[in-house]
Amino acid sequence: MTGFIQFIIDFLSLGGAYALMALGLVIVYGILKLVNFAYGELIMVAGYTLFLVGGTGMPWIIMAIVAIAMSVLMGIATDYVAFRPVRAKSVTAVLITSFAFSTLLQNGALLFISPRPRNIPLPEIFTKTVEIAGVVTPVRNLLTIATAVISLSLFTWLMRRSVIGIAMRAAATNFTMARMLGVPANLIITSAFAISGLLAGIVSMFWLGRIGAVVPGIGLEPLLIAFIATVIGGMRSLLGAVVGGFLLAFIDTGLNYTLPQDLLKFRDAFTFSLVILILLWRPEGLMKGPASGQRT
Amino acid sequence: MIGVSDLSAGYGAIRAVRGVTLELGEGELVTVLGANGAGKSSLMLTIAGALKPTSGRVSFDGRDVTSASPERMVRLGLSMVPETRDVFPDLTVAENLRLGAYIRRKEVDAVQADLEKMYEMFPRLKERQHQAGGTLSGGEQQMLVIARAMMSAPKALLLDEPSLGLSPTLVDQIFQMIVELKDQGLSILLVEQNATKALQIADRAYVLRLGEIAAEGSASEIAASSNLHSLYLGG
Repeated sequence: MTGFIQFIIDFLSLGGAYALMALGLVIVYGILKLVNFAYGELIMVAGYTLFLVGGTGMPWIIMAIVAIAMSVLMGIATDYVAFRPVRAKSVTAVLITSFAFSTLLQNGALLFISPRPRNIPLPEIFTKTVEIAGVVTPVRNLLTIATAVISLSLFTWLMRRSVIGIAMRAAATNFTMARMLGVPANLIITSAFAISGLLAGIVSMFWLGRIGAVVPGIGLEPLLIAFIATVIGGMRSLLGAVVGGFLLAFIDTGLNYTLPQDLLKFRDAFTFSLVILILLWRPEGLMKGPASGQRT
Repeated sequence: MIGVSDLSAGYGAIRAVRGVTLELGEGELVTVLGANGAGKSSLMLTIAGALKPTSGRVSFDGRDVTSASPERMVRLGLSMVPETRDVFPDLTVAENLRLGAYIRRKEVDAVQADLEKMYEMFPRLKERQHQAGGTLSGGEQQMLVIARAMMSAPKALLLDEPSLGLSPTLVDQIFQMIVELKDQGLSILLVEQNATKALQIADRAYVLRLGEIAAEGSASEIAASSNLHSLYLGG
């Protein structure tokens, strides 16, 4: 029983983080039909911001807000630097500019900060553990679950109830028609990047909080996770991204619990094999989403 | 209301619209007829700002709007119902309509009143307001896109093939509704396959052939002078 509770907590906290990461990637993909390969660097930027403001002695929550705000700004900057100038051109052009922007940010961190890990300030509560029904678990895991629930609810509310949310969902299926109703293209795209940055910033607090340090290449793993989660969930569907995130976390956590010790280092090989099987069974991902047409 | 002079537009090397000049007066209902591929839809998209003209001018309400963005055209008061019947399939009927009023989103009360008006005009939409747009029948989707276009409270409406693929009863309903909209003072540019019906309700008509204006005149003149069959077979 305790093993089961432990599993559920691990699965939900990892799944919550994965789901938020995937959502941040798919919100931009849905509208532009382009993958933002500089997405992982948003997490890096949040991490280095946290490191840079770490010495100021501000309360942690303020530092976290500053870091998340930087991630939002960097999300918007991605649009202006990597996407907007070449958006109307070929897919390949944007693919390359988003990779370039990612490399630029990573090298900036290498050059101006350090290739070595930098410690980031963490709130006291992250190091504490708590006992639930005989299971000892880090408080951080519970905070991750709570944050994921709150963020996902807010996100759902925004997309369902606010005009801008409805406009973003509309633009994801038919951008030209949304514009013919007066929805400004640039506003929608910038909002998508800002939300993407917000989600990346929020998730980075917990992601970086596990290790307590930031390195220039920190963004690669979250990008990969988000990408795989959206691919298995269905790239056209916001719900799909969330489902994909939780499914991927379920596989990861499940393998952690079931694989024998000496196979554990090959966990990713098992995970990806399962992902391939899922894709063979459902090539379009689990959630089809609306048939949407053209890249705009 | 709408003035188009010597307008050309196309897709890459294909010139779909070649030097078209037309006029839509205030409160007028003008129809544009022509065979498939005559450039009718491209002409409409160019006026609405969704397709960039290669040459020529478009004016709206006394303003030069050549190459204006689609969102600017809506703000100026031009609403478009495209041929492709673009409901947002995963948005509910109510959300589709709410988005139609995007440019007036601050006028909460007026938008609500218009929404009620639309539901009164199309009771079917009210019944299905919480259903996803993609689950509606073709006729209901057509009603939805017209109602959605009206939600922006436009001065002029571009209707591209509103009767396409609908049952005869629905076609009659749609045409009756177009007459009602005209009676409310809306200027309407109507592209139609159903030339006979379009000419019955229109004030004036243009005939488009291979991207050029082949004939123009009052609706009765065009109805009397042209062989409608040859019009559609491109003869």
